[in-house]
Amino acid sequence: MDEKMPLIRIERRQDISKTSVWMIRIMAFVLALVIGSIIFMICDVSPIEAYKTIVIGAFGKATGIRQTVKIMVPLLGTALALAPCFKMKYWNIGAEGQITMGAVGAAFFAINFYDKMPRSILLITMGLSGMLFGALWSFIPSFFKAKYNTNETLFTLMLNYIAIGIVAWLQGGPWEGKQGSQIVPNFNKAAVLPKVWGLHCGWIIVILLVVFMYIYLNYTKHGYEIAVLGDSENTARYAGMDVFKVIVRTAMISGAISGLVGFMLASGQNQTIYADIAANNGFTAITVAWLSQLDPFAMVLISLLLAGLSKGSSSLKTAMGVPGSISNIITGIILLCLLGCEFFINYRLIIRKKEEHHD
Amino acid sequence: MENVHAIELKNITKTFGKVVANKNVDLYVDKGVVMSLLGENGSGKTTLMNMLSGIYLPDEGEILIDGKVANIRSPKDAYNYHIGMIHQHFKLVDVFSAAENIVLGLNEKGRLDHKAIVNKVKELADKYGFDIDPNKKIYDMSVSEKQTVEILKVLYRGADILILDEPTAVLTPQETKKLFDVIRAMRDDGKAIILITHKLNEVKEISDVVAILRKGEHIKTVRTSEVTEQQMTEMMVGRKVELNINRKMPENQEPRLTIANLSLTDENGIKKLDDVGFIAYSNEILGIAGIAGSGQKELLEAIAGLRKIDKGSIIYTPENDSPQELVGKSPMAIKNAGVSLAFVPEDRLGMGLVGSMGMTDNMLLRNWNKHKGILIDKKDSKALAKDVFETLEVVTPNIDYPVRKLSGGNVQKVLVGREIATSPSVLMSAYAVRGLDINTSYTIYDLMCKQKDNGTAVIFVGEDLDVLLALCDRILVMCDGRVTGIVDARKTSKEEVGLLMVKAKEEA
Repeated sequence: MDEKMPLIRIERRQDISKTSVWMIRIMAFVLALVIGSIIFMICDVSPIEAYKTIVIGAFGKATGIRQTVKIMVPLLGTALALAPCFKMKYWNIGAEGQITMGAVGAAFFAINFYDKMPRSILLITMGLSGMLFGALWSFIPSFFKAKYNTNETLFTLMLNYIAIGIVAWLQGGPWEGKQGSQIVPNFNKAAVLPKVWGLHCGWIIVILLVVFMYIYLNYTKHGYEIAVLGDSENTARYAGMDVFKVIVRTAMISGAISGLVGFMLASGQNQTIYADIAANNGFTAITVAWLSQLDPFAMVLISLLLAGLSKGSSSLKTAMGVPGSISNIITGIILLCLLGCEFFINYRLIIRKKEEHHD
Repeated sequence: MENVHAIELKNITKTFGKVVANKNVDLYVDKGVVMSLLGENGSGKTTLMNMLSGIYLPDEGEILIDGKVANIRSPKDAYNYHIGMIHQHFKLVDVFSAAENIVLGLNEKGRLDHKAIVNKVKELADKYGFDIDPNKKIYDMSVSEKQTVEILKVLYRGADILILDEPTAVLTPQETKKLFDVIRAMRDDGKAIILITHKLNEVKEISDVVAILRKGEHIKTVRTSEVTEQQMTEMMVGRKVELNINRKMPENQEPRLTIANLSLTDENGIKKLDDVGFIAYSNEILGIAGIAGSGQKELLEAIAGLRKIDKGSIIYTPENDSPQELVGKSPMAIKNAGVSLAFVPEDRLGMGLVGSMGMTDNMLLRNWNKHKGILIDKKDSKALAKDVFETLEVVTPNIDYPVRKLSGGNVQKVLVGREIATSPSVLMSAYAVRGLDINTSYTIYDLMCKQKDNGTAVIFVGEDLDVLLALCDRILVMCDGRVTGIVDARKTSKEEVGLLMVKAKEEA
C-alpha cells in the first residue's frame, strides 16, 4: 500500500515553540546565503569575499554604520506606522503618499516661515504640520472605509500617486527655485534637523516610536480595540466599540507617523522636497512589518537587516564591481526565503515512513 | 463472502502535534446497516470521518473497502471508492439549480445533456423517496431541500457509503421524519450509512448499531436495540452522569422585557421580523423555537442594540426601578443596564469572542472600557478567566491559549461563563449547545436553570425540541419573522410546536 501513499504530506502544525520558529528562520537565512553564493559564483565573484564586503560595507566603519542607520530610520518609522493598521486588518498601502504629504506639510513651514520663528519652534511646527498632513491624507480612505466599506487597498494606493503629483506640481510651480529648474531650493539651515553623533536626530525619534508603538499595541485600550476589530468586526461591535471611530483614529495615527517620517526625510535627510522623497519606503516597510509579524522590536532587527543589505550592496558595487542588479537579486532571495519559511512555521512536512508492518 | 465489510478501519491512529485525535481505532460498517457514531466533543468523530472522506491521511493503520485496502488521499479518491460525505455546512452554488449542482465538478465527457441529467436525478429521487424539483434554484430552497440536494449529489456519484454529519441539527421534526424515511430506503437498498449525531433519541430511532468513541478511542459498538440512552451516555463520558434538567416552577415573576410591534428589515431589504411582541419574565426560561433563519438571531440582536429596527418598542423593567426604552440605545448602554447577550451564532467565534486571543483577553471584552485612563487593566479579567477555568472545567493548556484552538464545548463555556459573571437580569443565548456533546450541554442547561432560579429572565433560542420542552417554562415559536404562538412548555407537545414552526408558510 505504501507505494500509493504520497511521499511527502503537508500538515498544519498545532503548536510550535519560539525557539523552533527562530531556528527555521535562521535556516532560511542560511539557505538564502547559499543560493546567493551560487549567483556570485556564476558572476565569477568569490561568495565569501562578497559577503565580507557587504558586512564590512554596512557595519565595518563609522561612516558605513551611519549610512546604514540613515537608510534604516525612515524604513523602521514607516513600518511602525503600518503596524496598527495591519493589526486591524486595514490594508494601508498608502504610506508612500502619507510620507510625501508629511514632507509637504513640513516643507510648507520650512519655506515660508524659516525666518519668522525661533529654530526650535520652527522644527516642532514642521514636525506637527507633517504629522497633520499625513494624518489627513490617511483620513480620506479610512473615512470611506468606515462609512461605506470601500476597498482601502485600492484607495490608499491611488492616493500615493496623487500625493506624488502634488509635489511634482509644487516643484515646478509655487516652490520652484531657479526658474525652469524644477527643483525646490535647499531649506534654510534653521529648518534642518540638528545632528546627533553625525546623523540627523530622526533616529532618536524613531527609537522613541518603537517603545511608543510597543506600549500602544499591547498595553492600551486603543491597542485592545484594534486587536479585537482586526479579528472580528462583529465582536468589536458586540463589545460596545465604536467601529467607525477606531478605524478612522487608527488610520490617522498611522498617517501621522508616516507624516513624521516625511518630515524627517525632508528636513533631516534631503533638506529639501521632491516628488520621489518617499523613495519606496512606504512599500518596503510593508515587507518589514510582515517579516516582523507586527512586533515593534522585531521591526528594528528586520529594518536593520534590510538597510544593511542595501548599504552593503552599494559597497559591493564600488569595491568589487558587482552590478547593482546582482545585489538586488541577493536581497530578493533573502526576502523570499524569509517570507517563504513562514510556511514551514505554520505547516510541517511528513515524509513517508519505511514499511513497518505489524501483522 | 463472509467477513467482508462495506468499510473497515484497522488500527487507525491520527495525531496533530501532541494531540492524539484517534488512537488504534478498529471499526467496521456492513452493507445495509445504519451506524451512529457517538462521542463527546473532541472525541475524534470528525477526524475519523475526515480520513474516510480524504481530507486527512491516517498516521497509522489502514482502511478497507469491500475487504480491499484503500488509499484515500483526496476527496476525489473518496468518491472513487464510493464514499460520500454530507457536511453540516452545505457546499452548493446558490444561483444554480439542483440538477446543475448535482453534476457540478463531475467532468463527464461530451456535451452537458441537461434533460438526461434531470431524468436521472428524478429517477434517483423516486427510488429513495426524495421530494425534489431538479430545476429549482438553490436560493429558492429551504434548508431541508438543500440537504436533499447534497445527498442526491453523492448518490449521483454512485456512493455506497454515506456519511452524514449531524443532518438533523437544522431540520424541523417533520423534516427529520422525512429524512429518516429516506435513510431507511437507502439502507434497504444496501447502502452503508454512518450518522454523526448528538441526539440520543435519534440514535435509538434510526440506527441499527452505535459506535462509541471516547478520547479518540473506539470504546464499543453495540446494537442500538440493546442499549438505553443512559448507558450510551455513560459509555461516552466514561462515568455515571445525570441527565436531568432540574426545572423548578417559576416564582415571583415580574416582567423584565416587554416587546411590542417589533419589525426589522435587513440590509438586503428582506423583512426579518414582522410585528413581534412578547413579554419575558424574571425567574423564567423563555424558549424560542423555529426553523433556522426565522428571525431568532435578528430578534436577539435587535434587543441587544446591534441592529436598527423599523418600528416597535423594547421596554426593559429593571428590578426596583422604572421601565426604560431600549430602542435607540447603544449596545454598551444596553449591556450596562443589565441586558446581556451570550450570543452564539452559526460561527461561534464570529461574535462574542476573539479567536486569536486567550481567555483573559476575551474576558476583557466585558469590561475593557470600565476603568479610566488610556492603559488597559487586565487584573479583573485574569481573575475571572481563572474562575471560569476552574468552575466550568474548561480544557485548555493555559488561560492565555487562543480560544480558537479550543474545542467547541470549551469555547462555549468561556462565552457563557463570561456573560453569567456579569450577573445580568436578562440573559439571552442562541444555539448555546449547538454541536456540543450531551454532557457539556447539560452543564450549560444547568447554568441556565441556576440563572433562572437567581431571578434572571433567560431567553433561550434552541433547536432541539426535546430540550426546549424539558428546559423552558414557556416556548415562543417563530416562523418567517412572526410569532406563531407562545405555549406552556409543560403542557405542549413536540408536534404542536413543530406545526407552529411552519404555520406562517402554510397560511401564505
